[in-house]
Amino acid sequence: MTTRRPRGKLDLDPVTVRKARSLARQVGRPIVKLAQQHTTVSVERATLRLAGLQGADADGIPWVNRLLDAVRGDVGIEHGVALPVWDALVRGEADDLTVLAQKAAAGSVRFRLPEGRDLTRARSASRKQVGAGVRRVDARRRERDRLVKRWGDPEQKPWIYLIVATGDIYEDIPQAQQAAREGADVIAVIRSTGQSLLDYVPEGATREGFAGTYATQENFRLMRAALDESSADLGRYVRLTNYASGLCMPEIAALAGLERLDMMLNDSMYGILFRDINPVRTFVDQRFSRQVHARAGIIINTGEDNYLTTADAVEAAHTVTTSQLLNEYFAKEAGLEDWQLGLGHAFEIDPDLPDSFRMELAHALLARELFPEAPLKWMPPTRHMTGDVFRGYLLDGFFNLAGALTGQGILLVGMMTEAVVTPWLSDRDLALQNVRYVLNAAGSLHEDFRPAPDGFIAERARQVLAESIDLLGRIANDSDAAGDPPLLAAIADGTFGLMKRPADAGRGLDGVAEKAPEYFNPATEILEGDR
Amino acid sequence: MTILRPYGDTTGDGMVQLSFTLPMPHSKVAEGAAAQLAKKMGMDPALVVHAKPMGPDFTFFVVYGRVNHLVDTSKVNVVERDFLLLTPKEVNAAIKRGLRRELVVVGACIGTDAHTVGIDAILNIKGFAGEKGLEYYSEINVVNLGAQVSVPQLVARAKEEGADAVLVSQVVTQRDAHLLNTKEMSAAFREAYPADERPLLIAGGPRFDESMATELGVDRVFARGTTPGEVASYLTDAIITKRAERTKAGV
Repeated sequence: MTTRRPRGKLDLDPVTVRKARSLARQVGRPIVKLAQQHTTVSVERATLRLAGLQGADADGIPWVNRLLDAVRGDVGIEHGVALPVWDALVRGEADDLTVLAQKAAAGSVRFRLPEGRDLTRARSASRKQVGAGVRRVDARRRERDRLVKRWGDPEQKPWIYLIVATGDIYEDIPQAQQAAREGADVIAVIRSTGQSLLDYVPEGATREGFAGTYATQENFRLMRAALDESSADLGRYVRLTNYASGLCMPEIAALAGLERLDMMLNDSMYGILFRDINPVRTFVDQRFSRQVHARAGIIINTGEDNYLTTADAVEAAHTVTTSQLLNEYFAKEAGLEDWQLGLGHAFEIDPDLPDSFRMELAHALLARELFPEAPLKWMPPTRHMTGDVFRGYLLDGFFNLAGALTGQGILLVGMMTEAVVTPWLSDRDLALQNVRYVLNAAGSLHEDFRPAPDGFIAERARQVLAESIDLLGRIANDSDAAGDPPLLAAIADGTFGLMKRPADAGRGLDGVAEKAPEYFNPATEILEGDR
Repeated sequence: MTILRPYGDTTGDGMVQLSFTLPMPHSKVAEGAAAQLAKKMGMDPALVVHAKPMGPDFTFFVVYGRVNHLVDTSKVNVVERDFLLLTPKEVNAAIKRGLRRELVVVGACIGTDAHTVGIDAILNIKGFAGEKGLEYYSEINVVNLGAQVSVPQLVARAKEEGADAVLVSQVVTQRDAHLLNTKEMSAAFREAYPADERPLLIAGGPRFDESMATELGVDRVFARGTTPGEVASYLTDAIITKRAERTKAGV
């Protein structure tokens, strides 16, 4: 008998793992091509935001929307917004972008597609101004590096991730600072319900939201400044998270880069499946937003936990793995590195099932071994939190233990009052005691934890990986009458979570345009240039 | 026996537990204040078994104690199920017999609410609590509009589909959004339909009170824990059984 050293804790077969990745690439590549051939209103508005255009008109409609709509009315967006806009600036229609947007909104400027020397001038002027914006993003990234060096990273892994969500940024700030004092390493400000379906980014500091606070540039700035204050006090860099999802994904990514947010929720298919946003719109926006995140040094958090909140966590375990593989492919293609991939998964198996904890360990360990360098995001139970807060507290303890045992990177702290109330001060305190006890008592237990090579956990992990390879294979061979990429056909026929999302339907489709051969976008050029 | 006291470990001991936070630093005075609150709430004796500072300004307490209150179960008001629980097979048979066509159900999360967990649990074939959702019923045609549907959209679609029943799920309750949205919805249906043609209106969600149907202007409210089978049985009862009774009575 040969004694071969096992590969990792699950001894996954490298050939199988390679096959999974190569199928993900096969499924993903046509989508990337599709994304390269299209642009969207939000990608173009993000370009204007990188160029520094801010603010809104008297009705609260952002100037980027007013300017883009005017350009679109005159010449469409298929050539990109940059050429017509900077052509107008070079022609002297206005001194700066804001004045140009105001004039455009009033209908007193006409846009055209420049040619010849005008084209060259518009192109170089736009490059200069958008380039300055990208350099601001670069400067914020260097600033983060410097502050992390000065104040330090959290002492323990996983990082402790806590949510605030009052709807009022001025209430969120003291709550976030309190959470940081209590031990949070990452603060996430949950967005107002419904923001994902707004085709504009609200402006300014906001005090009203539903079940969350609007993501705005000013709210980002205020919260980051408050957490910088806390970081200095606590001697540890407290990270800030928000959501680059929904119809304005690219713009929010740009604002996050400009305001030094540290993590962004950003999933490749969440908007399609759970918000009925058009698939093409999503994939185009997705790619641009990830390019910005890559540049800004932001860690993305993907949304695989959502699959398990609507489908059974045992039956659908392989859809999580499949989605992680796709998210990884799309992320790397957009320039993100392993340390930026907060791939998601969740502790959602019915606790009444026999061996539920062993299955949780198998799934969590599979993610860990498949993506060894990624800071995995571990999400707490929500579906089986019943209102019995005592049982919920125990379940959260097991969730924390699974996180410690399987080396998760980011641990979203579970609340025993999940499904009852928005967390009280005491709920958060008890939840953090739970996390601290488990990490203190068993934080290094992973060193001793080696599942039996042919035991339940290893077998279950292999089974889930095999099922996800089957699913990727089925997707790769899917097709529809319109000849869409296989992944679009698969999304259309309900492969994911039983939700059927055809490529020619869904919200935001009217904001998608096929690029003309002369399409030009200085932001894309810069973001893709150094690769 | 309709008169009861809480039960700790002996009949009639009246023991309860309570936890809360006071916005003050932990001290002997704070513990005294916690005992005082418990006494005012009717716990006597009140035992402060745990007090823990949470930061410099707050203290968390756990209190055990005896209450002298009695509950009278004969004076409790709840909405009891007033329809027969049917199996999917029985529901399908009743619809076939009574309606001679598919029963049309239109469902949605209205307003800005994006939480489709509830409506999906009732409608999706996957179902909830081991019961298959309404999509599983061969005689029920389910149109699930998903999240963030506006009221005018919902009314238009209900008309287009010829809905027999409209199911609305509301999870988000901030600022009573679930109540306001539901009232807006029922008012819009009353305006858009003659009284005798209006589809059955049903609201559901974890924070609804089942006795609020009249106030909200809907025919029925379903609260936390409702299963698809209960909804299907109710639909059968309200649309088919009641209709047959009305016809018999010549109304």
